[in-house]
Amino acid sequence: MNRITYSLNYRKPKDQYKASDELTVCLRYFHKNNPKGKGKIIKKSTGIKCKLSDWDSDWHKNPNRYPIKSSDKFSIKKNKLLNEKVINFKSFLKKDSQFEVSDSFVLSSNEPDGPLAQKWTNHKNNIRLVSPANKRSIDVIVVGTGLAGGSASATLAELGYNVKSFCFQDSPRRAHSIAAQGGINAAKNYQGDGDSTFRLFYDTVKGGDYRSRESNVYRLAEVSANIIDQCVAQGVPFAREYGGLLDNRSFGGVLVSRTFYAKGQTGQQLLLGAYSAMNRQIARGKIQMFNRHEMLDVVKVDGKARGIITRNLINGKIERHSAHAVVIASGGYGNLFFLSTNAMGSNVTASWKIHKKGAFFANPCFTQIHPTCIPVSGDHQSKLTLMSESLRNDGRIWVPKDKNDAKAIRDGKIKPTELDENKRDYYLERRYPAFGNLVPRDVASRAAKERCDAGYGVNKTGEAVYLDFEAAIIRYGKEKAHLKGLNEDDIELVKDLGREVIKSKYGNLFQMYEKIVDQNPYFTPMMIYPAVHYTMGGVWVDYNLMTTIPGCFAIGEANFSDHGANRLGASALMQGLADGYFVLPYTIGNYLADDIRTGPISTDLPEFNEAEESVKLKINTLLKNNGSKTVDYFHKILGKIIWNKCGMSRNKKELKEAIVEIKKLREDFYKNVYVPGTNESFNEPLAKALRVADFLELGELFAKDALERTESCGGHFREESQTPEGEAMRDDKNFTFVSAWEFKGSPSEAKLHKEKLSYDNIELKTRSYK
Amino acid sequence: MKLKLKIWRQKNSDSKGKMVTYEIENISPDMSFLEMMDVLNEELMSKGVDPVAFDHDCREGICGSCSMFINGEAHGPDRYVTTCQLHMRKFKDGDTIYIEPFRAKTFPVIKDLVVDRTSFDRIQHSGGYISVNTSGNTQDANAIPIEKVNADKAFDAATCIGCGACVATCKNSSAMLFVSAKVSQFALLPQGEVEATDRVLNMVKQMDEEGFGNCTNTGACEVECPKGISLDNIARMNRELLKAQFKK
Repeated sequence: MNRITYSLNYRKPKDQYKASDELTVCLRYFHKNNPKGKGKIIKKSTGIKCKLSDWDSDWHKNPNRYPIKSSDKFSIKKNKLLNEKVINFKSFLKKDSQFEVSDSFVLSSNEPDGPLAQKWTNHKNNIRLVSPANKRSIDVIVVGTGLAGGSASATLAELGYNVKSFCFQDSPRRAHSIAAQGGINAAKNYQGDGDSTFRLFYDTVKGGDYRSRESNVYRLAEVSANIIDQCVAQGVPFAREYGGLLDNRSFGGVLVSRTFYAKGQTGQQLLLGAYSAMNRQIARGKIQMFNRHEMLDVVKVDGKARGIITRNLINGKIERHSAHAVVIASGGYGNLFFLSTNAMGSNVTASWKIHKKGAFFANPCFTQIHPTCIPVSGDHQSKLTLMSESLRNDGRIWVPKDKNDAKAIRDGKIKPTELDENKRDYYLERRYPAFGNLVPRDVASRAAKERCDAGYGVNKTGEAVYLDFEAAIIRYGKEKAHLKGLNEDDIELVKDLGREVIKSKYGNLFQMYEKIVDQNPYFTPMMIYPAVHYTMGGVWVDYNLMTTIPGCFAIGEANFSDHGANRLGASALMQGLADGYFVLPYTIGNYLADDIRTGPISTDLPEFNEAEESVKLKINTLLKNNGSKTVDYFHKILGKIIWNKCGMSRNKKELKEAIVEIKKLREDFYKNVYVPGTNESFNEPLAKALRVADFLELGELFAKDALERTESCGGHFREESQTPEGEAMRDDKNFTFVSAWEFKGSPSEAKLHKEKLSYDNIELKTRSYK
Repeated sequence: MKLKLKIWRQKNSDSKGKMVTYEIENISPDMSFLEMMDVLNEELMSKGVDPVAFDHDCREGICGSCSMFINGEAHGPDRYVTTCQLHMRKFKDGDTIYIEPFRAKTFPVIKDLVVDRTSFDRIQHSGGYISVNTSGNTQDANAIPIEKVNADKAFDAATCIGCGACVATCKNSSAMLFVSAKVSQFALLPQGEVEATDRVLNMVKQMDEEGFGNCTNTGACEVECPKGISLDNIARMNRELLKAQFKK
């Protein structure tokens, strides 16, 4: 086997050394093609010295794979340097094609040492800083202006870096973070209900079905409280109690009230907060803002990310932008499914382009399917709308017990309100008596699909279940009647009173539902069905949020790090802002400290030229293609394949079929797609074609990843891996790792690297909601 | 449903535009207005005609991208909705629908129904923020209690989505509703008080420099605002401005 290992450079027999002797650390590269058989063919000194007593000869067994023990004062720094040496060594080997390098151990999370609760503090104390004077000569590119990108741009600019921000919308304020409804978690413990950093950390890891990195999640929980302070100082109008203090509410999967909110528009208010912080820096000239610009490639110089190529969406101009580091904050890839709750323009292009240039893509198959969305009404549908998770607090989910009743409802022969209580199947309450309607999102979604697949669906397409508020209306109504001293037995009066209470709690959601479906949910149950909402998978990053391309960072939904296989409600906003305001601005300095003398990066370098030419070539190929089918035609088919074969439940046979079908579709796309107009104009179909081309590649990797992971965990349900009752069954022995894929020319050739996950502070348990 | 659409077509900001008529069939009343436009564009492309360009993104009424003037009303005939939330059931079979971009000197047309609203961004750059560093080293979020009434009013003002319907509706192309929403949000919160004087002066100055008109209190903007931003905000901004002018 080809491998690189660390070793100490002994110059005499081992036992002749004292424990306090210092030796140099070497890299050894073993190669099977060595004509002399197995053996060392390259040995390289790293120049890093280590005392014998600080050397961990079992380094390959510890999760970080750090050879120098923490007893060495500079262990963090040294281990990091060693890791960099390995990366440099690898790129040296890669230039010489006769070597094939196995780099399974290079995938180091670069987690700092020490106890969990001290890691982030220690790390901040030890990482390198860039002086204010030097920051002025360093440029950073940020792609995307949602919660993560917006907050990162503002903070980096405030620290003194020169920031260039890019978004494809006409203003940074329109990024899709704006559509988040429910709230943002923070371990403030304002309610005194026993919340703490550890509890938030624990809930997040457990909710993610034990597939996230402990150290990252703990840091997230740790900085969460600061986010709320920051946002209030910025003038974000969170909901308040009559005493003038902040109000909280509760979300699924947790036992405390830690969610801060601004009615049903929390995402909007937080994003406008970040946008205002950006505006302040734009006014100071520290952020250069590029609206209506789409990133179409990343440029690497000497192995480091040094710039991007963009297309101006108004006039088609292809532009070069250079910087000392590139930050990708372009969100998730839910639009792979065509129908999702993502915005129409949300896309994977920026993430996919860096993947193709060397950034590993982690856990692509981990997708969140949200249980309460408005069902698809027909083929014309372009987009799905979410109904907040908070509705499950008061709504009961059901389908008819009898298939004939379900059919009669579908045909419009009977109304749901006419069906007797004993003819209804409240399947979540039946299957999960302990959690009932408040089971986590993945569980609720699968249960709905199971009922509809069995023929109990209630709308024309057979893909909808009821979310019924009648019980809550009556319960609240009786309380109100009692309070007012009115007749509690007058059912119509009680219901009227109850509807008022419901209106005050969920008024805007009910109005939204009525506008879209044209039914009044105060009088008839809502119809809901699961829809794609969020992607936990994304670009692989280490503890510093750096991808496997040096100098290229990924933050927010674009990276994979914090949510494991399932995300809890109100945690996406928390992660985006934590990454952007409080994590990246520190960790990026550690990388940029090497660039204080680099000076401006020229955009005339051959690497820029090459990247620009390849972008132009791609655009021209699409425009000149003599096809007849529109981009949406392909996107819709892709979405159907992914939804049907890689959706809420997956199996080996269908995943294999999906891979073949997507590959065929991709070939068909390049043969038969029709893109009208020219490059030099506002051309939405062209922009869309470039995005869909990338989805067509990602889709295949997505299916491949789902095929490879034969266990069920969180949002990823493999039919082969379930309990006799049909619950998801994890396989911790074989799958407690992050799947990080390396691009090798095409998605089918992608190479799997595993980042082992270890849980030192939490016990791995089976999630049970019974 | 069968409809006749009269749509503003304009190649780019330099060329002259005109209304062009298209007929469209098989429209379901359950479609949203933008889904109807999708159907039209698919049809146009199949005939080799350049599709109609329009801004859209979230399609759930919050991003503020969509900007169509339908039958003489910003975002069409329904109330408290954006174009993406408008459904075809609001129209009748056989209707003729006029679709234009949001028109104002300060919103130049980029193509067809797409307009340039960066003037709004520039107004925000001039003072739409509180000057606090994002380091997180601020005081505890509960250190300053805020009266619920004021917090709620600030929230209501802050729900503005920056779509520009107010400007497109106003006969003077005034941006007072938009600007006053931001000024009010901060004026109502203790955090925003410190910079209140400079903020209102700078934002109003920028608004005038961009070429937006003045307010003559017709209240049309409030009626057409998809988020129901109240005219009270304009009154509040005028009060803030007067206060600021005396201070300076």
